[in-house]
Amino acid sequence: MLSDFPDHFPPRPNRVHEVCGPNAFGFAFALAGHLRGSVLWVREAWQADQINPAGFSPYVDPHSLLIAKGNDQTEVLASAEEALRSGAVALTVIELTKPIGLTAGRRLQLAAEAGQSMGLCIVPEGTGSNAVETRWHCTSVFDPTDSTLQRWELIKNKSGTLTAWDVRWNAEARRIIVVSEARERPVP
Amino acid sequence: MPKRVVSLWFPRLASDRFLRARPIDAPFALTQRQSNTQRLYCLNLLATQQGLQRGMGHSDARAFCPDLQSHPADLVGDQRFLHVLARWAKRYCPWVGFEGVDGLVLDITGAAHLFGGEATLLHDIHQRLARAGLLVKSGVADTRGAAWAFAHYGTGEAIQAQPLDAIGRLPVAALRLEEKVCVGLQRLGVRFVCDLSALPRATVTRRFGSEVLLRLDQALGTQAESISPLPNPSRYRVRLSLPDPIGLEADVMAGTARLLDQLCGKLKGREMGARVLLLTLRRVDKANQQIELRLACAMRDPLRILPLFERGVGQIDAGFGIDQLHLAATLVEPLPVQQMSHAHGRVDGRLDDLITRIGNRIGLENVQRFLPADSHIPERSYIIAPAAYSDPAGPWVNLRERPIQLFPPEPIMGAGPSPPAFLRWRRMTFRVERATGPERIAPEWWLSDENWRSGVRDYWKVETKQGRRLWLFYTPQNPGWFVQGQFA
Repeated sequence: MLSDFPDHFPPRPNRVHEVCGPNAFGFAFALAGHLRGSVLWVREAWQADQINPAGFSPYVDPHSLLIAKGNDQTEVLASAEEALRSGAVALTVIELTKPIGLTAGRRLQLAAEAGQSMGLCIVPEGTGSNAVETRWHCTSVFDPTDSTLQRWELIKNKSGTLTAWDVRWNAEARRIIVVSEARERPVP
Repeated sequence: MPKRVVSLWFPRLASDRFLRARPIDAPFALTQRQSNTQRLYCLNLLATQQGLQRGMGHSDARAFCPDLQSHPADLVGDQRFLHVLARWAKRYCPWVGFEGVDGLVLDITGAAHLFGGEATLLHDIHQRLARAGLLVKSGVADTRGAAWAFAHYGTGEAIQAQPLDAIGRLPVAALRLEEKVCVGLQRLGVRFVCDLSALPRATVTRRFGSEVLLRLDQALGTQAESISPLPNPSRYRVRLSLPDPIGLEADVMAGTARLLDQLCGKLKGREMGARVLLLTLRRVDKANQQIELRLACAMRDPLRILPLFERGVGQIDAGFGIDQLHLAATLVEPLPVQQMSHAHGRVDGRLDDLITRIGNRIGLENVQRFLPADSHIPERSYIIAPAAYSDPAGPWVNLRERPIQLFPPEPIMGAGPSPPAFLRWRRMTFRVERATGPERIAPEWWLSDENWRSGVRDYWKVETKQGRRLWLFYTPQNPGWFVQGQFA
């Protein structure tokens, strides 16, 4: 019963997707590593927490990642739209701090289609735009034998069903591996 | 109008330049390494008075003069300084060239009267250079050779007379001859220029080659000698004036395209690339509208640059119309032609264009990249540099697992050197199931960092039952627990 994961991950190309949850950053890096291209990470300049290149280098080569820092959400969205429309980067990660409306979401979607590149919005939990293709909820899961176990839930899908997987990151192969649910389950 | 040439000689250019920046009231010499020996290259007056000379060994010089101070010579810096002097000398006449490595030659034909005559002009030059702390000797004559002779061997005064009368009493070395030839002439008893000119020409040529007579003729003016002036610095600006004002965006873009073609042709000819472009649109009412385009890399491809102007042109208020376009590359960088090779792969400029586009919206320095840094301190293990002004370089070394997110340290409750069993962080409660550590990181004492005042840190990776994997640290010297990061 693992065969449906490759249908959903990586999510549909040329679209904008959303991710939320405590481990949304992990999902973003895993997706960036999966796409194997350059990444533009757009965020607001005031945010105090940093992404740490020493930490994400097992996922993505830090040299292929650029950060753009906008002063407010408008600048962030404008920069993201430019990046998606140009198609110069394989993935544009957009950190959103406030929910965006349908217009903004739809503009991002059109830009991604025009530039043939993928966008990923990291949104606060409980928010999200209706224009996105899929929305994922990612959490880390404690497991006595594994320290990279995560649970990825598909909580919105425009073209398919909602599912959830337990996955872990294989650093040697640089890919996501789905953990068989029948054999290994997180300790309740 | 007879030609008039001023020759300036700076006998102590290198040491004067050094002493201008750092005055030393003692014997001083610049040294240069020549065939495995340090030799004196340029001396100041005090050192010359002590009997030291140019070309003598540095150790000998120190034996003669124990309080000699010295410094290695910087020949490139001296050349640059001579360029500066040449630019300065353009205040007297537009035709300024170099004379060897320590002299200038000025063609002041028709320019001397602007300064009140040659004597006043020379006085002015001497006064200004003396104020700048430079020793200068000058000569003025009808030819370049004669001016050189006066500057190096004459009294330094402006002498107007028949050429041969003027330089006749100077030694033959004043003719810019090689050392060997001068010695040969002196052995024959030919000590002065007038002696040389009295000799039959054929015998001189047979004995010493044509060089000697060429120099003599150049000094006397029978053989022409040119002065090649410095080229003017290139200016990268083009202009388009329109008979009728325009206002449509497409028209302005078409005009810009024409200007860009011209400008990029200019840049290409000199192997330069533009870094900052300034498009000025002059309106009919003489109000200027400016669009500044800062590029992420040096570029000279009009097809790539033109679309980057679209956003700026769209925001322009054309008013009653625009009747002049003015495009200037305000910052240029060398952009040599590069060999295409398979090693680089196909470099497409789309990413650079994207950086330019975003940079013109949010500021070019706000598009950044990570560069590795050599430090164990987590927040200093990388540098954030503007992407437009840096290249990805350096390996990323990961000795231990590091969190993907770093926060400024957030204090939590906890006591003792081992991690607490329960912790509250950001209003959430976690039960610690597994803790890995400690990893001790000591502050870098050679850098003062406010955050590391609390001393060494013991880092723990803590896995909670709720799922989150956090990076905590304990400061044993100032007991306290903090959260600094989160793992995937």
